[in-house]
Amino acid sequence: MSDPLTAEHVLEFPGGYTRSTGPVIGRFLTELRAGRIVGTRTAGGRVLVPPLEYDPATGDPVTGEYVEVGPAGTVTACAWVAEPRPEHPLDRPFAWALIQLDGADTALVHAVDAGNPKAVRPGTRVWPVWRGERRGHITDLSCFAPEVTRIVSPVRVPYTLRAGGALGVFLEGIRRGVFIGGRCASCGKVYVPYRLSCPQCGVAIGERVELPDTGTVTTFAINNLPDPRAPEVPFVSAYVLLDGADVPLIALVGGIPAHEVRQGMRVRAEWVPESERTASMANIRWFAPTGELDVEL
Amino acid sequence: MREVAIVAFAQTRHTGHDTGLSEPELILPVIEEVKARTGLSRFGFTCSGSCDYLAGAPFSFVSALDAIGAWPPISESHVEMDGAWALYEAWVRLQHGDVDTALVYGFGKSSQGDLRAIMTLQLDPYYLAPLGLDQLSYAALQAAALGAGRDELDAIARRSRADGRRNPYALDLPDDLPGGSPVEPLKESDVAPLTDGAAAVVLAAGDRARELCANPAWIAGIAHRIEPHYLGLRDLARSPSTADAARAAGVGKGPVEVAELHAQFTHEEPILRRALDLPDSTVINPSGGPLAANPVMATGLIRIGEAARRIHDGAARRTVGHATSGPCLQHNLVTVLEA
Repeated sequence: MSDPLTAEHVLEFPGGYTRSTGPVIGRFLTELRAGRIVGTRTAGGRVLVPPLEYDPATGDPVTGEYVEVGPAGTVTACAWVAEPRPEHPLDRPFAWALIQLDGADTALVHAVDAGNPKAVRPGTRVWPVWRGERRGHITDLSCFAPEVTRIVSPVRVPYTLRAGGALGVFLEGIRRGVFIGGRCASCGKVYVPYRLSCPQCGVAIGERVELPDTGTVTTFAINNLPDPRAPEVPFVSAYVLLDGADVPLIALVGGIPAHEVRQGMRVRAEWVPESERTASMANIRWFAPTGELDVEL
Repeated sequence: MREVAIVAFAQTRHTGHDTGLSEPELILPVIEEVKARTGLSRFGFTCSGSCDYLAGAPFSFVSALDAIGAWPPISESHVEMDGAWALYEAWVRLQHGDVDTALVYGFGKSSQGDLRAIMTLQLDPYYLAPLGLDQLSYAALQAAALGAGRDELDAIARRSRADGRRNPYALDLPDDLPGGSPVEPLKESDVAPLTDGAAAVVLAAGDRARELCANPAWIAGIAHRIEPHYLGLRDLARSPSTADAARAAGVGKGPVEVAELHAQFTHEEPILRRALDLPDSTVINPSGGPLAANPVMATGLIRIGEAARRIHDGAARRTVGHATSGPCLQHNLVTVLEA
């Protein structure tokens, strides 16, 4: 309930207050309606924008000469409004700025739709953004906006990948809950995932080996940007050297706060329930700590 | 020039909220206080400063006369400005020579409306007001144009708050500065607090002043100057109108012990200090200034009153009171007071 000892009252001119413009301001607003910004020239040669009837420096009437200026200008000072008010020209965060339009000797006060406070500073070049339907009003200029210096190019091309060959063999193992690797007959190294050739010796790998689902973290990264493959942010992606393998496998590490993950930590794959398994790495939720002592790498 | 002095000054215990007192109720105690201090009940001239837009009612200043006692009819005037300009009008009136005393008062309740939006109404109606350029927005433009360091501005806010806490009439604002930024680069602590309050001053000429006050604060110089209204026509980092008014009032003719500046934003203080050419030895706003209490339309008059108080109580021999009006220090009044 409202306090009975307070009352609201509003001071308002319904429909607005009608004001005559006089010849100079009227000319400026008429030019705005036509999409041009003009100033007046003083007897001393200065161009006042927006125009006044008198030179503020001398009090003398300005000359009858109107000079088209801009449309671009340079910001001389600016202030950032993080929370616009209903009466402001923009309903999103914006800058107020003093803008010296090209060809003018004074600055115009207006809003700059800059997106963020770093995008506008003294020296920033700005251009007018015109209102769709103009009526001869200072708000025929919706606002100003910084010069175009970049565009955004969307790129999206869909692909279908098929796991045949060695990857198909590996994923078939994953379906069964087993890591399949390959041993090079020439150098003896065990590679996981399974591959058809040894990248070091260049010879075909014939022997498949099944590796346990335990291993050691050799290095890791804490990721703070969301990824559809990770359950939460931050998440840890790590190199896990499976026991018996010679090269590490990249995998998620979970079940432990991100800042506690360390090199040498012993981990075990956490498989999804057997009924949910497919031939996909999604079978492994992540690698979780086994609780064993860390290993010296 | 006829010698004129401030012989009495009183102000309310300003509040940061609406106590529910009407304007005549707000000013009555300060009028009674200056009447009691001078023993006067009638004045040769009466002048007030206030702004109807604060109350949102036309001629609201007329009802304030209920606190004065305007019968039989008195010689009275009003300025739709800070009470400092009412003091100026009263000083001019006393120069006529036919009256010897004047009562001046200013009052305002900022609590009743949205001051940021009300201050938009003083802007030119063609180029600025339609943009909705509010009080904090144009002040922020001036702060950006000056580009003062954050440490300097925070130090001004802290000093003002500490002085204000020692001043029983000012608000009790904490030393910890609020962190919010309504319009960057302004911080909340750079902005004078919303305040309700009033103040009154009695002026007297010549020997009448000596009769009414043991230590009259003589107005050695008083002048006001104005600049173009439109912000883009000015160098907002400087205040040439303050410098001109200071020259006309003779600020530089002697040392200034205390200066009370009508700086409603921290960044206005260094601008005014430079314009007045005040040395580091001048104590600025020992009352806490507007950053500790800002009863709009009385704040400027209080600056002159506080500057006079230092002379009344013998603490200083020569002080300066400054008042401002309009957006971004457009119009400035400077008063030099001497023992």
